[in-house]
Amino acid sequence: MSATRGHPDVRAESAAAAAAAAFRDERAAVLATLIRHVGDFQLAEDAVQDAFAAALTAWPRDGVPERPGAWLTVAARRRAIDRLRRDRSVADRAARLAELVRLDTHDDEAAMSEQSAIADDRLRLIFTCCHPALDLASREALTLRALGGLTTREIARAFLTSEPAMGKRIVRAKRKIADAAIPYRVPADDELPDRLRGVLRVVYLIFNEGYAAAEGERLVRGELCAEAVRLGRLLCELMPDEAEAWGLYALMLLHDSRRAARVDAAGRYVALDDQDRALWDREQIALGLHALERAVRLRMPGRYQLQAAITALHVQAADPDVTDWRQIAGLYGALADLDPSPVVQLNRAAAVAFADGAGDGLDLLAPLLADPKLASYQPLHATHAELLRRAGDTDRAAQAFARAIELSSNTVERAELQRRLAALRVA
Amino acid sequence: MPNYMMLLYSPETPTAEQADHATEMPKWIALNEEWERAGSLVANGRLYPVSSATTIRTRDGETELTDGPFAVTKEILAGYYILACADLDEALKQAERFPIARYGSVEVRPIMDDPTKNPVGDRAAAAAA
Repeated sequence: MSATRGHPDVRAESAAAAAAAAFRDERAAVLATLIRHVGDFQLAEDAVQDAFAAALTAWPRDGVPERPGAWLTVAARRRAIDRLRRDRSVADRAARLAELVRLDTHDDEAAMSEQSAIADDRLRLIFTCCHPALDLASREALTLRALGGLTTREIARAFLTSEPAMGKRIVRAKRKIADAAIPYRVPADDELPDRLRGVLRVVYLIFNEGYAAAEGERLVRGELCAEAVRLGRLLCELMPDEAEAWGLYALMLLHDSRRAARVDAAGRYVALDDQDRALWDREQIALGLHALERAVRLRMPGRYQLQAAITALHVQAADPDVTDWRQIAGLYGALADLDPSPVVQLNRAAAVAFADGAGDGLDLLAPLLADPKLASYQPLHATHAELLRRAGDTDRAAQAFARAIELSSNTVERAELQRRLAALRVA
Repeated sequence: MPNYMMLLYSPETPTAEQADHATEMPKWIALNEEWERAGSLVANGRLYPVSSATTIRTRDGETELTDGPFAVTKEILAGYYILACADLDEALKQAERFPIARYGSVEVRPIMDDPTKNPVGDRAAAAAA
């Protein structure tokens, strides 16, 4: 790498920074379009990787191009042509080569007529990465790799697994897309609602993997939250009329706004009531409330919007005592109609306990406690303990706390439960 | 004349000597040609690895997909279909329609293209290059 003019170090540094920025901002779009052109995930990814390597050599020497994305698109396409010429194992190789060569010789025309297709490419990529024929963990990993631009190493760290194991998972998923001919397209209207729910679920799972991270893992897994929020924003940009996309984006922003307050200086979990509300990120709350308004204006209610509305009521309360529990309990009731899962029922019971008293909350818990399938469901016992404590039933509260502690796998959470159990005995 | 289905099983990762394609290939081709001439070959194909499989079940009107081969040992292989489909989405849509999907399962496995039957692709590729 040698620069012929200017200060080589400065040029190299700013070119490297430009390449890093382009990698973050343009990679998904460049990759998404190239996959459509070559019809092969792995080949496209390799070619995009080559193009970024080429940028790191060329940009410090020749200067950063005016449109880095366009430069990378052309470079990646040429690398794909080279690779296709060498690799005889790719199916439909001839047709793909011909199409790429055509695009390469008529670049300007093609670019004009392709604008709308390119806008859809990232959506195609999202729907392919989140295809229900791939297992859930592969969908998360592939989405982070292809759209989030995380390296395999970063994804492996975030999912607390080894790099080779994660690499194998991603390679297997890409091979299945190719072998089983998982289509590269946005689903037709009749399938779209179902498939979109699947996409939103993957993004929310990624967020939760980061959000629920235990002590010590918090730093490495925190970036999952940031990536999920970025993916959420991308979905809103690409599908601005989907209320639930906005709902999910709002929900993640509002949850994430409390990140700094959820752990104290010693790394211990801090419950909502005890959080220092000055640490909540006001800017992010404003963004979240704005996204929620956009969602609600579309008049298509859904579970992410309801959850975002609940979270919005929490973060808008200046202190825990003024939280609008009655409205929160009502929203949980609506949510339980859409999604009668134990998690929702449990939160509903807790909200009702705050709005109407611990006894009413305990009544709602009774059917969950009677369900043998939920016998080892830790949050049920933690909530049960808390409601019993508030109802003044110390003995049974202590039993429930002990059960919740026994079932807890998160060190931060376990310490908090032990603290509450100890406080119960003192009182 | 009745038809018989032959199900071919292989170790998941055959050792190098087990799968010595150079010596095996002529034998496969000879068998295919012999049965084709005799008119006894109804259909055959080589499957992609099990990792490319998707298993579909419908329960109470809900479709469940599993990434991977069918694994419930209480179920037995009861029949087979080979359908030409545009892509996996179409294949899954058709697979969902089998009545057995409601109480059994349908494993959808892609079949490899037979390069000996479709040599056109590679010649055209050479021309384009």
